[in-house]
Formats: sequence, C-alpha cells, structure tokens
Amino acid sequence: MDLESIRLLATAFTIAIGIIAPAIAIGKIGTNASEAIGRNPEAAPKVQTAMILAIAFAEALGIYALVIALIIKFT
Amino acid sequence: METNIPISLKAEPILHIGTFAITNTLLLTWGVLVFFLVVGLFLRNKWHVIPGKLQMVFELITEEVLKLMESVMGERPKAERYFPLVATIFLFILFSNWIGLFPFLGSIGIYEHHGGGSVFVPFFRSPASDLNFTLALAIVSVVMTNILAVRSLGFFHHMKKFFNFSNPIHFFVGILEFISEFAKIVSFSFRLFGNVFAGEVLLLIVGFLVPYFIPMPFIFLEIFVGFIQSFIFAMLTVVFIATATASHDAPREHDAVRHIA
Repeated sequence: MDLESIRLLATAFTIAIGIIAPAIAIGKIGTNASEAIGRNPEAAPKVQTAMILAIAFAEALGIYALVIALIIKFT
Repeated sequence: METNIPISLKAEPILHIGTFAITNTLLLTWGVLVFFLVVGLFLRNKWHVIPGKLQMVFELITEEVLKLMESVMGERPKAERYFPLVATIFLFILFSNWIGLFPFLGSIGIYEHHGGGSVFVPFFRSPASDLNFTLALAIVSVVMTNILAVRSLGFFHHMKKFFNFSNPIHFFVGILEFISEFAKIVSFSFRLFGNVFAGEVLLLIVGFLVPYFIPMPFIFLEIFVGFIQSFIFAMLTVVFIATATASHDAPREHDAVRHIA
C-alpha cells in the first residue's frame, strides 16, 4: 500500500468510526426530548432549546472527526 | 483523484498589500460588515414610531433574541445588558453564512497557474469556512465572557474559580475550569468551521454529481444549518455568560441541595 491509499483509508475510517458515537447521542437526545414534549407539551420551547444545545455539544464531536478527516485528505 | 474538484482547506489569497494577504473569505467578511453598516445607518435615519418593513424585521429579531436570553438568564435587565454582544454574534454569523450560500457567488473567480496545472480561485467564499474567522469569534466570545464575569463579580471572586487553594477538590476543579476555557475556544471555532466547510464541500460535490434541481434541497439544508449554527454560537455564549456572571456560591444552590437531600 502506498501513502495515497493509506491516506484514503484513514479518511474513510476516521469519519466512519468517528460519527458512530455522536449519532447514537443525537438519537438518544431526540428520543428523550420528544418524549418530554409528549408528556408536557407546554414545556416544548424550553425542551427544544435545551435539546438543540445538547445536540450541538454531541454534534461537535462528529464535526471534530470530520475536520480531522478533511485535514488528512487535503493536506 | 482524476476529477479535479477545487476544494482547499485554507482560504486562497487574492491580492497582497505588503505582507498582508487579502483572502477571499476576508473579502466576503468585509461585504457583511458593509451590509450591516448600510442597514444600520439606513435604519437610524429612517427610524419611526410606526415601524416600516425593514424596521419591523429587526424589531422582531430583537424581541425574539431578548425573549430567548431572558428565558436562559432568568431576568430581563441582565438579558438587556448582554444583548449587544450576543445579537452581534448572532446576526454577524447568520448573515455571513447566508451570503456565502448565494448561488453563482462561488463561481466568480480566476484561474491561477501554479507550476503544472491551473487552479480555480473564487473571489468570494463563505467567511466561516476559514478557521481564522471562527477562531477570532470564539476568542472574542470566551474573552468577553471572562471580562463580563470580572465586571459583575469582581476580579478576585472570578479568579477564585480557577485558583482555589481552600481544599484539594476545589484546586482540581479550578484546573479543570482553566482547561475548559481553552476547550471552549476549540469547540466553538471547530464546530462553526466544520459545519460551514462541510456544507460548502457538500454543495460542491452534489453540484458535480447532478448539476440541476437536485442541489436545491441541499441549499435549503445549508440555509437551515447556517441559521442553527449561528443560533448555537450565540446561545452557547449566552449560557456561558449566564453561568460565569452568576455568583457560584450563591445561597440558593445550597438551599436546593438541602431540599433534595
């Protein structure tokens, strides 16, 4: 394997493995938030704000993986 | 790669003034600044008690942002005190994301010849797809959070959060707080940069695969992402300001803990 193919594989594995945990986290956040809104619809705006913030934190991890993958690919 | 998709991680310099390179992201950032200057001056001259359409839009934005800040910070005066910083961050990121999404804007450019092949260099590029832009905003946000905390709590009270020798646990919590300030800068800047840059790449690649009609929903997605990211940036700033300016050994917390226990 030459350097170029190793680089391609590394890019693919970085993004593929790195996205698993944020995906699970965002799924859990969405599930619980919609459950909470279903139980208490009046609290929907507050729950939504908290949900979006929590998703942003979880998503940041996926974005780190993406940035690393882009750096591996393009530099 | 055989197909030559022009993706470059760093912004391309367009012209140089001395050693200072003016990049294509910087040009669009200046465009956003000029836009805000013009809108601001226009609104100031045309201010009416009965609002016109443009004034109505900005009053709506102001009202919504204030309401949201009030729900996080708990009181109206506090929300109004920190409103300028938060609203500036929100509107600046929002409009720079949306201006970068304009179709055809990325296709104005020139071919530059480097050694072997020619590379396409667009004149305009979404500001947040340059790490310098997001890093600057992140540093402004975190430094301002600390300055505001010092202003509302006092210097020594604020520093006690980082350097506390009263017992070992507080000492290590202080170290963690200190690290988390830098982690905030990294996560702020990389989140915005990653989202916007990934959006640019996504639009580019979808455009290469299917040039007509199919990129439409992706552009809508990117409009949404641009809004959400600016919202999150401003919202996290609000949350950090709210936690930093709240006195952390307030009696209320102890009461709450005692109630639960």
